[in-house]
Amino acid sequence: MIPELGHFAIIIALLVAGVQAFFSLAGAATGNRPWMNVARPAAHAQFVLVALAFVCLAVSFLNNDFSVLNVASNSNSALPWFYRIAATWGSHEGSLLLWVLMLSGWMSAVALFSRHVPTDMVARILGIMALVAVGFFLFMLLTSNPFDRLLPPAVDGRDLNPLLQDPGMVIHPPMLYMGYVGFSVVFAFAVAALLSGRLDSAWARWSRPWTTVAWAFLTIGIALGSWWAYYELGWGGWWFWDPVENASFMPWLTGTALMHSLAVTEKRGGFKSWTVLLAIVTFSLSLLGTFLVRSGVLTSVHAFATDPARGVFILGFLVFVVGTSLALFAWRAPRVGLGGQFNLISREGALLSNNVLLMVAAASVLLGTLYPLFLDALGLGKISVGPPYFDAVFVPLMAPAMFLMGVGPMARWKQASLPDLAARLKWAFAVALVSAAVLPLTMGKWTPMIAFGLLLAVWIMASCAVNLRERITQLAANGGGHPVSYLKKLPRGYYGMLLAHFGVAVFIVGVTMVNGYETEKDVRMTPGSTVSIGGYVIRLDGFEDVDGPNYTGVRGILTVLKDGRQRDVMFPEKRFYNVQQMPMTEAAIDTGFTRDLYISLGEAVDGGAWIVRVYHKPFVDWIWGGAFLMALGGIVAVSDRRYRLARAAQRKSQDATASAAA
Amino acid sequence: MARALIPLVVFALIVVFLWVGLSLNPREVPSPLIGKPAPVFELPQLRESGAAIRSGDLKGQVWLLNVFASWCTPCLEEHPYLVSLAQRDLVPVYGLNYKDGRNAALKWLGKHGDPYTGIAVDTEGRTGIEFGVYGVPETFVIDKEGVIRFKHIGPLNPRVLDEEVLPLVARLQQ
Amino acid sequence: MSRLIAAFLLASTAAFCLAQEAPPAAEDPVLEKRVKALSEELRCLVCQNQSLADSNAGLAIDLRNQVRELMQAGKSDAQIREFLVARYGDFVLYSPPVNRATLVLWVGPFILLVGGGVLLATYLRRREQKLHVQTMSADDRARARSLLDGSGSGEN
Repeated sequence: MIPELGHFAIIIALLVAGVQAFFSLAGAATGNRPWMNVARPAAHAQFVLVALAFVCLAVSFLNNDFSVLNVASNSNSALPWFYRIAATWGSHEGSLLLWVLMLSGWMSAVALFSRHVPTDMVARILGIMALVAVGFFLFMLLTSNPFDRLLPPAVDGRDLNPLLQDPGMVIHPPMLYMGYVGFSVVFAFAVAALLSGRLDSAWARWSRPWTTVAWAFLTIGIALGSWWAYYELGWGGWWFWDPVENASFMPWLTGTALMHSLAVTEKRGGFKSWTVLLAIVTFSLSLLGTFLVRSGVLTSVHAFATDPARGVFILGFLVFVVGTSLALFAWRAPRVGLGGQFNLISREGALLSNNVLLMVAAASVLLGTLYPLFLDALGLGKISVGPPYFDAVFVPLMAPAMFLMGVGPMARWKQASLPDLAARLKWAFAVALVSAAVLPLTMGKWTPMIAFGLLLAVWIMASCAVNLRERITQLAANGGGHPVSYLKKLPRGYYGMLLAHFGVAVFIVGVTMVNGYETEKDVRMTPGSTVSIGGYVIRLDGFEDVDGPNYTGVRGILTVLKDGRQRDVMFPEKRFYNVQQMPMTEAAIDTGFTRDLYISLGEAVDGGAWIVRVYHKPFVDWIWGGAFLMALGGIVAVSDRRYRLARAAQRKSQDATASAAA
Repeated sequence: MARALIPLVVFALIVVFLWVGLSLNPREVPSPLIGKPAPVFELPQLRESGAAIRSGDLKGQVWLLNVFASWCTPCLEEHPYLVSLAQRDLVPVYGLNYKDGRNAALKWLGKHGDPYTGIAVDTEGRTGIEFGVYGVPETFVIDKEGVIRFKHIGPLNPRVLDEEVLPLVARLQQ
Repeated sequence: MSRLIAAFLLASTAAFCLAQEAPPAAEDPVLEKRVKALSEELRCLVCQNQSLADSNAGLAIDLRNQVRELMQAGKSDAQIREFLVARYGDFVLYSPPVNRATLVLWVGPFILLVGGGVLLATYLRRREQKLHVQTMSADDRARARSLLDGSGSGEN
């Protein structure tokens, strides 16, 4: 009964989406107000329906309803209840339901928070989002229905993949999808602007907060995925340039470019058609990612079970959505005005250059990811493109962008002078140089790569500090009083930027230090033996058997000592999951601000000994800490007063073009 | 401005490749050994312990090398086709017992039939690596000069046998 | 008393023996490091995108053993890569070879960067010209108007 209810809810949601799309877009095209007013209530209705369907599926999992095929394939009665709920989105069909839940959620949010946007624009935006929703609903109903029945019902389920039975895996997909799907909002804004012919800085102002929030979620989603891989997969890696990882990273790169480009369009009216193109490209990459994960075209550890029929459908959908938007862009974009004048040496110039670098980086990742497919399709053989390629290509491209990150915020709009910038930044650069020269020596090893990484990181931090100091000093010089008193008067948008850039620097420190200084020891241990690493002594005390809800295993007990004093006891495990008959290594990690200790069990060897792998990873948590700071920066920026004021203030605000285009 | 069309053109190109990609298998590893001499091996025989089977002895005839193991499920799928192929006496089929136990293999053959003219035992999988074996089952067609002419990855089926393997064998036998 | 001391000494010696440094898992840790470094660049052929170093699949273990043996026999990294490519094709390398087919792959990003830079420069120049032309005309127009009006109130 409940699955049927869920199924029915999706069908109704499809109809609502169709109605929403038709009436909103037709209404906007003909100026028919009653038709346009269908958009908002329809969006809310969709959200309620999809949420209902989602709850139905989750309840089926919770109740162990093995007459539902999806539940039987992905769950088990011994699975703990919170993983049973997570299993709702652990499969291809369930994750699609999560996708449309996010999409309808964003649609509803747009309907709620767009009072200051003209009705016809809102109608178009919601209409376009509804079209996307129609595609996904059809995809679900025609090829991937999560509510398909299994009759006669299975006695018990096949269990959730043990790799997914983990808290990280539970929130990683929702965060990621919030990001992917969130970019559909700025996409819809862009296409709506192209359709209406109204491409101005007002459009940029409306779409900016939506983009930033989506970007923040995507940042968190990717960081969580990386962190999960680190602690779950057992060998301490955190990024593998796997096709599915790349599929999430590419929209992040173009999304970052988009965020910065929107800033220029909003403030200076420039980059309009470029920004629109970026919005289309970013969401297209989200959709492409969806295709790559589910079509079987590329091999990946993350790929869902593949089915060419699904691949064909998504490809067709991709062609429709992306093809028509790019065609619309080709047709309408050239008519857009130019915006304000600026020099190459200016903040616009820095942002434009950063955009170029980010886009080239994204294009290179796309090239590397799809190249094996290109060659295979042309009959030129089979190759693999892996971390050696991406590392070689990506890092050199990003280094100049990191350097620009220090310069850009310091440069004035429209025109800046290089000598002036150099004078203001010379101390920041000097600090960076000295740090690069000296810090590695304190860690015991100096290599050019480590020095370069630290140079970039400290450069960014120092230039942030210089920027902040300059700004409050300026304000104090103009308004009197102590500079520090102005700290609370600076807008949150500014602090958001500083925090996000600082987060990038923290990330770079993490990557540089871990790559440069991590140590590993692979040893044969018996109870009582010790291994020393990174200044710590780790002693194996013994083993005990472990009995989990749906697994059995062995747990090692290892004591960590430093200077003879006990610091921690760690429990790596080797588990065997009963239903899927799958062995799993659960590494034990001692997390610290300046280092992680990472222990994983190998296999048992004769003599009652075990192979144990021990890692010392300096500053590894700064990788995800940095990403978190980036996302936090985005959230802080969005909480800026002007967004809250704008909603309260002008209802009838239309074009602000007057000031920008003059 | 024609420049605005560039993104659309690039997208169209990518779509074409993705479309073709839907019909390809990204996990299949084609063999670089086709057209090259088969690796030389000298391995113990499965059925007559003590005797060896040498690749050199097999020159002068066209033969199939079938990599199999008792623990391999898809091997069970293709085995009836091999057995009936052996009965037709068109081409000798030699087996490479890959990373298996002697008793387990003999028992498996006893239960499901033995189409092999000779069976080489590769306990460690080293000869398999020489042949570029990465999974079981795999089947090679080797000509009179000892050159590998064809490799089939995965279980054989009547279509592959009738349309690809046997015609090739017939051509090589002339 | 002396028995106590003897017992104490014995116990502490035993304790010292128990708390000993565990031996490395591999017989030759230096070699093992080399094996691991090369294995990280090689692909596990039966896995869903994992390196030879990270995988515990049967074939991965076999191939790592093969790599180790070849290293012990004195082969260089390049020779070992050749050995594997001869048997499994370029697919086994995570760092794609540089040849005619992969030219676009290796040179592509560089070309994109240069192309992006060139496009940026020409775009900015053309844009400056367009804006310059517009403002010139506006200037001219203003002067013309003031001349026509005959008054000197035109702006410079």
